[in-house]
Amino acid sequence: MKALEHKLWRDLWNLRGQTLAIIAVMASGVACFIMFMSTLDSLLQSRDRYYSEYRFAEIFVPVKRAPESVVLRLESIAGVSKVDTRVVAPVTVDMEGFHEPIIGTITSIPDSGEPLLNRLYLRAGRLIEPGRNNEIVISEAFAEAHQLHPGDTLRVTINGKRERLHIVGSGGSPEYVHQVPPGGAFPDYERYAVMWMGRTPLARAYDMDGAFNHVVLTLTRDADAPAVMDQIDAILRPYGGVGAIARKDQSSHFMLAQELTQLENLSGVFPIIFLSVAAFLLNVVVTRLVGTQREQIAALKAFGYSNIAIALHYLQMIMLIVLAGITAGVPLGATLGHMLSEIFVEYFRLPFLDYTLEPLRVLQVSLITGAAGLLGTLAAVRAAVRLKPAAAMRPEAPAVYRTSLLERIGVQRLLSTPTRMILRNLAHKPVKSLLAILGISLSVGILMTGQFQQDSINFMMHLRYILSQRDDLTVVFNEPTSHRALTELVSLPGVQYGEPFRFVPVRLRFEHRSYRTLIWALEPDASIRRLVDNDLQVIKLPPDGIILNEYLATSILHLKAGDRVVVETLDGRMRKASLPVAGLIQEDFGVSAYMSLQALNRLMQEGELISGASLYIDERYANEIYQQIKERPAIAAALIRQQEIRNFHRVMDQTMLFWTSVATLFAITIAVGVVYNSARIILTERSRELASLRVLGYTRGEISYILLGELALLTLAALPVGLLFGRALCGYITLTVNNDMYRVPLVIEPSTYAFAAFCVLLAAAVSGLLVRQKLDKLDLIAALKTKE
Amino acid sequence: MTNPVSDTSNPTHSSPAVVFETHDVTKTYQMGEVEVRALRGIDLELYEGEFVVMLGPSGSGKSTLLNILGGLDVPSSGTVRYGDTDLSTFNESVLTQYRREHVGFVFQFYNLIPSLTARENVALVTEISSQPLAPEEALKLVELSDRMDHFPAQLSGGEQQRVAIARAIAKRPRVLLCDEPTGALDIRTGIVVLEALAKVNRELGTTTVVITHNVAIADMADRVIRLSDGMIASIEGNPHKKSPSELSW
Ligand SMILES: Nc1ncnc2c1ncn2[C@@H]1O[C@H](COP(=O)(O)OP(=O)(O)OP(=O)(O)O)[C@@H](O)[C@H]1O
Ligand SMILES: [Mg+2]
Repeated sequence: MKALEHKLWRDLWNLRGQTLAIIAVMASGVACFIMFMSTLDSLLQSRDRYYSEYRFAEIFVPVKRAPESVVLRLESIAGVSKVDTRVVAPVTVDMEGFHEPIIGTITSIPDSGEPLLNRLYLRAGRLIEPGRNNEIVISEAFAEAHQLHPGDTLRVTINGKRERLHIVGSGGSPEYVHQVPPGGAFPDYERYAVMWMGRTPLARAYDMDGAFNHVVLTLTRDADAPAVMDQIDAILRPYGGVGAIARKDQSSHFMLAQELTQLENLSGVFPIIFLSVAAFLLNVVVTRLVGTQREQIAALKAFGYSNIAIALHYLQMIMLIVLAGITAGVPLGATLGHMLSEIFVEYFRLPFLDYTLEPLRVLQVSLITGAAGLLGTLAAVRAAVRLKPAAAMRPEAPAVYRTSLLERIGVQRLLSTPTRMILRNLAHKPVKSLLAILGISLSVGILMTGQFQQDSINFMMHLRYILSQRDDLTVVFNEPTSHRALTELVSLPGVQYGEPFRFVPVRLRFEHRSYRTLIWALEPDASIRRLVDNDLQVIKLPPDGIILNEYLATSILHLKAGDRVVVETLDGRMRKASLPVAGLIQEDFGVSAYMSLQALNRLMQEGELISGASLYIDERYANEIYQQIKERPAIAAALIRQQEIRNFHRVMDQTMLFWTSVATLFAITIAVGVVYNSARIILTERSRELASLRVLGYTRGEISYILLGELALLTLAALPVGLLFGRALCGYITLTVNNDMYRVPLVIEPSTYAFAAFCVLLAAAVSGLLVRQKLDKLDLIAALKTKE
Repeated sequence: MTNPVSDTSNPTHSSPAVVFETHDVTKTYQMGEVEVRALRGIDLELYEGEFVVMLGPSGSGKSTLLNILGGLDVPSSGTVRYGDTDLSTFNESVLTQYRREHVGFVFQFYNLIPSLTARENVALVTEISSQPLAPEEALKLVELSDRMDHFPAQLSGGEQQRVAIARAIAKRPRVLLCDEPTGALDIRTGIVVLEALAKVNRELGTTTVVITHNVAIADMADRVIRLSDGMIASIEGNPHKKSPSELSW
């Protein structure tokens, strides 16, 4: 066995370039898997610890106003464990020197001590103390955004009354992990403040003495959640309850879950691709190795080495490579995973990170990688085992070549002899050539996945903010009001034009499926907010019927234009109607339905009410307009379009950019690995011929042409295949990341194709140069001594 | 380098031109700690148009010497004059140029390019040299006119070796260096190959050196050089030159 081991190490050493390339690709796959999985595990674990330590509620019910005594009835429902009532108040905040409006949500906490559910973690300062009426705790994110510290004061308008509040602490709660302002699409820590205040002073300011407008509950282990929720709804409906919300639909939790699901989906795709490529490379190299060692294998067998010994010999080599890949990949993946987890913890605003790399994950990735390695090399090892000693001792019959197709159709005379060699070499082993092309095209495709996301995001921004929501400023009222509010806004100096909208929370039902969302109602000829169909054409709202975004229609409710959908309003009035679906629109963000303002008001039977207005404003008057808005207590929120765009880019920069750079880096590893391997294989296969040519007087440059020409042809052939494959891969990724918050459309700009092609060409050029250097060291005499 | 004009003088006459003149050529391979002295002081002259057979036990340095003459390798010390230039001072690219224009090689294992037909294998050389024979002409010289469009896999060993000879002489080299050209062939086929070599030597006047382990082949030489242990053991003229078909194996 000793001698065989020497052979093993020597073979590995001789193949070190290729072996390293395979290890690099394999390590990329392993690192990718570990990075995603450890991030996912860590985030889930951190979230779950946060949820349980800070007693995140399981059911959330907003009501208009309910007397505290109702609590007893809720507690008596079988299956309810704990009940905690609160006052939740929408407010506006006025910051010195910050012109744009800031809105906020104040949630009550007990006058002393922690709340029963949804407890607060404190990053700085303390909780409020009893008897002090003007103390608040603010969210850590808001504190950071405005550099606020315990001891600072904040001017807050609650229910039209201005209050000066003292900040005593900053922190967060599991209820507000994801802090998205009402009506907004992304977190905005500068313009949205989550705050906590004592129950007594908040109730007094918000006219909720002895009452609550929000209740949260936990269930016993064996509770029948839907049944409990029905009973809760029955009790709270008289108090303006619009339906209990399960944890899975609670907005912060929901968004967190969506993001984690997306991460989970992505984590499946990439490691599989990387490991397949690594397996493919192993296959190429081991097949080649067994091919060149035919006679050695035969000799070993003739000496009495068993088939098992031969198989073990090659398997050992493969497993060494696999082991090296895992050894390099796991720490790399853990490092990257830690970085990615930090980014997500920061982005999700989790108070802490429990970074863990589960041993199970290491075991999983080892098994997967080992299996990929074995699968990739099974055929080659079998060939080594099957080799009959006597047959192998005889030299392999010389390869039979033919004139290539290109030559047969008559271009022969145009081609020099070396060019013919290139063509015939490629045509001689078509399967091998195809595999090489396939390998290179995989790397082209993966390179595209890192880049295309930017293209898609740009398109999403274009669709939303250039084609659809073209306002400068969106104003949302506290509650539906009359049309006069719009007239008043438009009359403000600097406001150029305004259009009304109304939204109503609803439940949409089709067959057995249902979905909670908002219906947005617009004027049919609205020009600020517009609906856009799949061909990016603006469509007009029909006088009757409802329009759904395509994702809601096809992926959630599974209906098509022309079907009738049942609408139940969730605003306390509980209107119910069956409406025809008049059309579908393209919308990448959110899940919404649209109606004409008149049709919705008809349904609501409330007269001409509006929820808010979209405005065009003169930039020069922006600050004055913001000031006016701040002074109007009826205005709940004001969204500035430019700011929304910035928020979105910040979110994307935080999460996507890291991934984009990691993916690009890994993809380049694959590109270099595959192309370099192909080049090395060509070199091994051709070195004898090339040495012969050198003996005949061919210069280094001339023989390089034959070698590099073959590599160049393979690369060029791989480009179109790879670009198509990349498009398919990107398409698959968009499918896996789609969720209720946003859908990523498949948009690939020419620059992305160009980038992928460029990287692979560069990898080919570098590999070519490396191999070219080997060519200069070609041992002419040795090549002539051997029979091959 | 000037292209030496081949003269037609008969090597058996008194004053043939000298093609190669080596002086105290040594070649030492450094194998880690161990020095292998493959050649230890070779003084030798080779003449225009002669047919030389080189004999010697395995490891005596025959191939090493041939490779140095052919510009595949450089000596560790000593000089190798080719015409009026010194090969030992040439760098890699000048040696390539030298091989391209002046030297033809034939090896034991043919070293044909399997993806090219016989004609194309010869064209490989004619495309890069200045005054070549037509590939067809070269193949006719080795009597393979009817197999020109066959690939190596479709030819017998002897035929492949004759293609290799045609490829070697198609550039009209001044010297033809053959390292065990019949080593992989049976007697009958070997004779056909040797006949081809003799014919080229006769008709083109190419100085030909043939390394062999087959002593019988010495009978067709003008001179026989024996190597032993990196040195020249003897050089003998052969007054009774036989044709290949008369050799007794
Ligand atoms: N590349 C090399 N490195 C080390 N030693 C070498 C090398 N090439 C040849 N030798 C040594 O040089 C000596 C002469 O070798 P050479 O090939 O010239 O012998 P040869 O006479 O052609 O033998 P054969 O008849 O077996 O072909 C041998 O001892 C050989 O081991
Ligand atoms: Mg030899």
